Amino acid sequence: MTTETVPVDAGKAGDAIGVERLEILTRGIGRENPTFVMLLGLCPVLAVTNSVTNALAMGLATTFVLIMSSMIIAMIRRWVPKEVRIASFILVIATFVTVVDYLLQAISFEVHRALGAFISLLVVNCIILGRAEAFASKNSVGDSMLDALGFGAGFTISCLCMGSVREILGTGTFAGFPLFGPDFAGWSIMILPGGAFFVLGSWLLLFNWLAARKAGRS
Amino acid sequence: MNASPLQIFIDACLINNFVLALFLGLCPFLGVSTRTDMAFRMGLAVTFVMLVASVCSYGINLILIAIDAPYLRLISYIVVIASSVQLVEMFLKKHSPALFRALGIYLPLITTNCAIIGLALFQTSREYDFVQSLSFALGGGGGFILALLMMSGIRERLELSDVSSIMQGASIALMVAGVLSMAFMGFAGMGR
Repeated sequence: MTTETVPVDAGKAGDAIGVERLEILTRGIGRENPTFVMLLGLCPVLAVTNSVTNALAMGLATTFVLIMSSMIIAMIRRWVPKEVRIASFILVIATFVTVVDYLLQAISFEVHRALGAFISLLVVNCIILGRAEAFASKNSVGDSMLDALGFGAGFTISCLCMGSVREILGTGTFAGFPLFGPDFAGWSIMILPGGAFFVLGSWLLLFNWLAARKAGRS
Repeated sequence: MNASPLQIFIDACLINNFVLALFLGLCPFLGVSTRTDMAFRMGLAVTFVMLVASVCSYGINLILIAIDAPYLRLISYIVVIASSVQLVEMFLKKHSPALFRALGIYLPLITTNCAIIGLALFQTSREYDFVQSLSFALGGGGGFILALLMMSGIRERLELSDVSSIMQGASIALMVAGVLSMAFMGFAGMGR
């Protein structure tokens, strides 16, 4: 879903997309993926990915906050004194988190309840503050939005990776649709806290293995 | 909401352990759990900040209810908690340099930790009174120390064992955390 929206929004950013722009957009998805490569902001990735729906909602909420706060922070970057920049970033982020919190409550109360405190906890998510400090506070509005979009998409994809494995193994469904018929006995540890650690550990194992194999070949 | 303080303490410490059941504060849990003494100091600092945050957010919540502005909760929590930790840090530096050296570098780091804000939000949504909030903070901090100490103990042993090269680092640490988390599920029967 997120990968489909990427070209549309990138086109909206205005001028022709150079190689550099494309690099800004894609590095959050691949090479600098916040979850699988940089291990940032793991709390929501582990806590709310017990179903695909929750994982998608969390990913989209994070992407929204990331894009909006990056945009505002890039706009005000010239006027914010260096000494109080972190505090002002947090204020901007907290404002958008409050917006998302009330928005989600209006759209789907059930999903809001399932995500619980983790929407509010986006305030202290290291991905968002990290992008604000490392990129948005130094670059133009357009570039910052591209960067935020890339990292948001990367985060959403990793949430979906976690959520689909956990839901398929844990309850035998995908986004609520049964996959294996009525006889499937769910592997309930997967939707419990322990399973979250195992699944993320296994994904990292897979990526390490792929990297090792690639290094061995070349 | 009339659970006794002891009940709340055990619930926050063991049954709903902040790290292993609620996934709050994972960054220090994975980052600072390589040596036991560092892990213990980190745990103490977190407990300390949790107590400060608990008292602050209890006060702010009273004010916010009085002026009927619940939508300001998140923003005011994070600002007040961050600044009060800063104040406490300055106070410690002046009056208790030994304690400051022990906790020092960790205090500013954990101000914006999700375990701290999580604690403030939970105690508000569960409508704890003052004593209940304090025991919730103590329990949460105690559980954090416990999880961090167990994790660092295991990781010190892991240094000596032969871990497959593709599993080293975060991957094996997460697997260990998974096993710990399963062990803590055993406490679930103690709850209400």
